[in-house]
Amino acid sequence: MPASLPDVDPLIAQLAGAIAPVLTPETVIVGIHTGGVWVAERLHALLGCKQPLGMLDISFYRDDFSRIGLHPQVKPSNLPFDLEGRDIVLVDDVLHSGRTVRAAMNELFDYGRPSSIRLAVLVDRGNHELPIRPDFTGLTLDVPAHQNINLSRLDDGHLTLSLA
Amino acid sequence: MKIHIKNGRVVDPMSARDEVADIFVAAGKIVGNGHAPADFHANRTLDATGLVVCPGLVDLSVRLREPGFEYRATLESEMLAAAAGGVTSLACPPDTDPPLDEPGLVEMLKFRARNLPGPRVYPIGAMTQKLEGLMLTEMAELTEAGCRAFTQADAPMTDTQVLLRAMEYAATFDFSLWLRPQDVSLARGGIAHDGAVATRLGLPGIPSLAETVALATILQLARQTGARVHIARLSTREGIAMVRAAKAQGLAITCDVASTHVHLSENDLVTFDSHMHLVPPLRSLRDRDAIREALRDGSIDALCSDHTPVDEDQKQVPFGESAPGASGVELLLPLTLKWAREMGVPLLQAIDLITWKPAQILGVPGGNLQVGSCADICIFDEAAEWVATQKTLASQGDNTPFLNHPMQGRVRYTVIDGHIDFEAAH
Amino acid sequence: MNLQLTEDGRLRHLLTLDGLPRAILTQILDTAESFMDVGEREVKKVPLLRGKSIFNLFFEPSTRTRTTFEIAAKRLSADVVNLNIATSSQTKGEAILDTVDNLAAMHADMFIVRHAQSGAAHFIARHVAPHISVINAGDGRHAHPTQGLLDMFTIRRFKGEFHNLTVAIVGDVLHSRVARSQIHALTTLGVPEVRVIGPKTLLPTGVEQMGVKVFHNMEAGLAGCDVIIMLRLQNERMKGALLPSAQEYFKFFGLTPEKLALARPDAIVMHPGPMNRGVEIDSEVADGPQSVILPQVTYGIAVRMAVMAMLAGGATA
Repeated sequence: MPASLPDVDPLIAQLAGAIAPVLTPETVIVGIHTGGVWVAERLHALLGCKQPLGMLDISFYRDDFSRIGLHPQVKPSNLPFDLEGRDIVLVDDVLHSGRTVRAAMNELFDYGRPSSIRLAVLVDRGNHELPIRPDFTGLTLDVPAHQNINLSRLDDGHLTLSLA
Repeated sequence: MKIHIKNGRVVDPMSARDEVADIFVAAGKIVGNGHAPADFHANRTLDATGLVVCPGLVDLSVRLREPGFEYRATLESEMLAAAAGGVTSLACPPDTDPPLDEPGLVEMLKFRARNLPGPRVYPIGAMTQKLEGLMLTEMAELTEAGCRAFTQADAPMTDTQVLLRAMEYAATFDFSLWLRPQDVSLARGGIAHDGAVATRLGLPGIPSLAETVALATILQLARQTGARVHIARLSTREGIAMVRAAKAQGLAITCDVASTHVHLSENDLVTFDSHMHLVPPLRSLRDRDAIREALRDGSIDALCSDHTPVDEDQKQVPFGESAPGASGVELLLPLTLKWAREMGVPLLQAIDLITWKPAQILGVPGGNLQVGSCADICIFDEAAEWVATQKTLASQGDNTPFLNHPMQGRVRYTVIDGHIDFEAAH
Repeated sequence: MNLQLTEDGRLRHLLTLDGLPRAILTQILDTAESFMDVGEREVKKVPLLRGKSIFNLFFEPSTRTRTTFEIAAKRLSADVVNLNIATSSQTKGEAILDTVDNLAAMHADMFIVRHAQSGAAHFIARHVAPHISVINAGDGRHAHPTQGLLDMFTIRRFKGEFHNLTVAIVGDVLHSRVARSQIHALTTLGVPEVRVIGPKTLLPTGVEQMGVKVFHNMEAGLAGCDVIIMLRLQNERMKGALLPSAQEYFKFFGLTPEKLALARPDAIVMHPGPMNRGVEIDSEVADGPQSVILPQVTYGIAVRMAVMAMLAGGATA
């Protein structure tokens, strides 16, 4: 467990480097609200992706809906391209249980049938509950179950990781 | 049975007496007031220290639901409830099934009631056959059978000519007609007071005009025919003003209101509680306040419970489909006391509205504590606090808008015809 | 009136818009906005209410409203059962509460209720088990809250804001649950001037106490309006003691291009449907560029999805 968390920018650059070899002009990048979209925006710019950026709000697909209810600020999903037959790079900030990614994949399939989905996460913090593993990882950490790792965006747009 | 009621606060409106004294009862009569007659040996002494001793209540409208509606309530249950409410005489409207429009039915009711403990039952006869508003009943025969007055109850009076004839005929024999003023056309389809609340709730309205238009007709016909008319269940400020004016002009009319309407208003409908579905409808706060004031200044002569037990199934439906009416014979006393407290009215004046004055309207003995009068007595604890619940109320009708409301003032003993017909457990 | 809110201010039932806080109205509209795109997807479904049983309890027939609720529920992946009780057990004398208890025993999660009696939805809501939500789909003349909400959604989509609008509601306000819900929503959302326009026979006593301005002259009432909402006039009320004839009604209170020209040039025209063309509205207006009557129908589904999702999830305000 590192005493302090690393800067985010180099991690994203590293992720971009890993993704670049598989990227084709037809590949689309889709970020999961909210942190995943921030990371996806950076990757999209770094990789010079030709396709518009996709954004998913998985509020309507959460499996804990009946327990915690609808998030009061649901943002519309925005996938401004036809998903049929696409290669997708799905981006989230932190991979924990894997439930968010499952919900995101369910939602993607409601829009169409992609050719492939690869998962890129800024941090894989362990404690997975589903057979979901990232294809691209910025940082792998072993965070105790009672702690949370969060990505936040400062007013100047700078991204930071914190442990709580 | 000789009863000594000891050390109570005797409140007798007829003699305007309000003082601590002893009352002595023997052979169904009051035989002593203040002083025991010679050689009086009580079988029973009731310690009334700290309690009020007043004439038994005379309730001008109690539906006993017999014959025809025994599933809603029975004579037994409702007479017991009336006694528990301190009521020693009650007028029973004819809207039974069949209606009280034949002497045989009236005699049967009186016979049934006489053989049960509880208050004296005075049937009010149907003014028209089957209450249909078309053909007059045999009022003279019905009077001989025991009817004290005639009424349509809540049945509509559609034909003004029939009403005129009924008044003329009743005036011939000096019979009294009890009329609830409501124009059937103006009230058609309505279930709530036509005002801001009904508008908000989307409940079809019964305008105040339904009362005042009918009242104007009744007053005019009464002037013309000289019939003895009692106006039942007044509900609007405008209606009260008309009665006040008619009385000031010397017209010999009396009128009553229901105790529910002294405390509730259209504002109590906002949850669509079907227990607030009453006839006439609960009107505006303005109307309610006019009723409260008119009771104080004497424009309204009596308070009654308009006791109407309704089967719970008929209240467990949406407001507009529910059967109207409230059970209330046991709440007449506490609701009267509540009004008196809130208005700063002396106890003597408040008790007058439910004893002596209605006894005169009904034309029956009782309603006073004079020596020689019949021993109909209510002994109550003015300060006792209780809650109106299905358990604390004896009536078979649980349909009171005051369910779970706190009440102040509770009957301890009801003496009817010299017998203790009700005695509170304590 | 707090039957429809939980102690911590969340929506428990939707029975009326009367007394609902502005924050909740806005939250419903915002949530509806996020459901808007679901209808345009290949799979017009989200799994939010998967496994939930929703019963359309229609004691009064209405194919239209029932269908929009059904579509909304299905887009949320709920199981929907339609019961037209007007034609089934009610006629055999089964009490409403028995019907409700029976359905609750089938593990219903939500009742969508339409009934001819004002207050019927309140009545049912008071009696259901705590886990069951009730949505009022129209009770007598009292309320039709989802219609009121979809109308607000429409106004917001076309006008953006509420605080600078003049809105006129025209026609049979007396018998209209839609008008009552609209008035409550408009005043709660801060519309500075809500007008009702109609003959005295069709405006209820004391309607001005609901915060509206009353007009009996349509020309005067339409002047300067941003939004015109036409109400449906029921067939049985077109001739009789309320109105002499549909023709005379149309002449004085029907919306024609000439009368519409008195409103602001960018005014929108709304109608809850189904329309009586030539009675309350001229076809030229109903099908004209200022009419937003069809978008209203589309938005109705997203709004109903939002309400169902918030009730089923117990969303916070």
